[in-house]
Amino acid sequence: MTLLAAAGTEPEPFHPPSIAEFFPPLFLLLEPTIAWLGSDEPIFGINRIMLIRMLSALAVILIFVLGTRRMRLVPTRGQSLVEMGLGFVRDGIVYDLLGEKDGKRFLPLVTTIFFMVLAMNVTGIIPFLNIAGTSVIGVPLVLAIVSYVAFIYAGLKKHPGAFFKNSLFPSGVPWFLYIIVTPIEFVSTFVLRPITLTLRLMMNMFVGHLLLVLFFSATHFFFFSAGGFYTLFGVGTLAFGFAFTAFEILVAVLQAYVFAILTTVYIQLALAEEH
Amino acid sequence: MLTTALRMAEEGETQNPLIPQPYDIIWSAVIFVVLLLIFWKVVLPRMQALLDERAAAIEGGIKKAEQAQAEAAAALESYNTQLAEARAEASRIKEQARADAAKIEADLKARAIEDAERITAQAQQRIEQERQTAFASLKTEVGSLALDLSEKVVGESMDDARSAAIVDRFLADLERADLQRDGAGR
Repeated sequence: MTLLAAAGTEPEPFHPPSIAEFFPPLFLLLEPTIAWLGSDEPIFGINRIMLIRMLSALAVILIFVLGTRRMRLVPTRGQSLVEMGLGFVRDGIVYDLLGEKDGKRFLPLVTTIFFMVLAMNVTGIIPFLNIAGTSVIGVPLVLAIVSYVAFIYAGLKKHPGAFFKNSLFPSGVPWFLYIIVTPIEFVSTFVLRPITLTLRLMMNMFVGHLLLVLFFSATHFFFFSAGGFYTLFGVGTLAFGFAFTAFEILVAVLQAYVFAILTTVYIQLALAEEH
Repeated sequence: MLTTALRMAEEGETQNPLIPQPYDIIWSAVIFVVLLLIFWKVVLPRMQALLDERAAAIEGGIKKAEQAQAEAAAALESYNTQLAEARAEASRIKEQARADAAKIEADLKARAIEDAERITAQAQQRIEQERQTAFASLKTEVGSLALDLSEKVVGESMDDARSAAIVDRFLADLERADLQRDGAGR
């Protein structure tokens, strides 16, 4: 504020990044609300972030439905890109860890998770969207629950009755150690897995957005409000903004990969004979 | 501007980003289900169909190549047997020709010998005949000649000189007669 006062003529204030950016106002489907849910928010409310998610889902649908229409034995350039994407998840993640037989059952799930997360991460650096659909907890949480349900389902289907026993009482451990091992196994397998899945993805995108906002709004402030000597700082923050935009691309792909591969690993561990 | 920012900031303070809002969960779940169905029922089956088709095409190609190779091997086999048959045929024909040639040669030789014998026999026969006729004519001629000579010898007085002259005359006559016969023969 002192800086602003020093700058003088009609100064635009510095906009620090805020949590409110992740909760923009709802503007569609404001009814109905359900009071007993503990929130007066409309249950089908649509805000900017919901729209961005729908847009990324639409992009995924268009790319893959149109990209796999009239496929040829000898692929065209577009088709080979789509094939490469699907092949990366299929061969690089699912078949690699689960084998082809078990992998076939879980391939749609992991493919969906990968491309949904990837598309919603990438919106964080797409101009005019500028916020990742995964930076609000809904998508990470829903996908973590899906992953949780999937690996428990896989374990129960493969070892009916023995899955929880195998998970909580690993064989080859002296009985008195179960006093320590069993709570640890329970917490790490059935409590921490969904939580870490959710928070890792959400916080990466959340912090990435805050960083980009910080750099670019500081640049704006230094260039247009502070001026003078501070323009030099602006050059620095702009450079950081560029660097972190590039870094966000990496994070977007990496987090999608991590989410998909962890889901697959959890399923693989559940399918394994012994724990 | 400032007031709206402040209001939003205030709202933001009340929102805990770790507490999901109902609409957030609902739309996330809806989008997930839609994408899952799209991948599960549309995209991945198409992809699998393509992969199967591609595998079939490659397998078909391999099978076709194997078939072509087998055909080529069969063709080679048949050519080889045909070649062997042809060789056997050729050597058989050559053998036959050699045998024929030997037979023909033997025949020719036999016939030549026969001819030669026949010709020799004929020639001998003719020589014999001619000898016979020559002998016969000579006998008559020699008789008449001896008669002539004896007549002449008896008709003349016989001294050495005379008898020598007679013989000379006789020989000259004989020569003349020969010449005349030759001239008439020409």
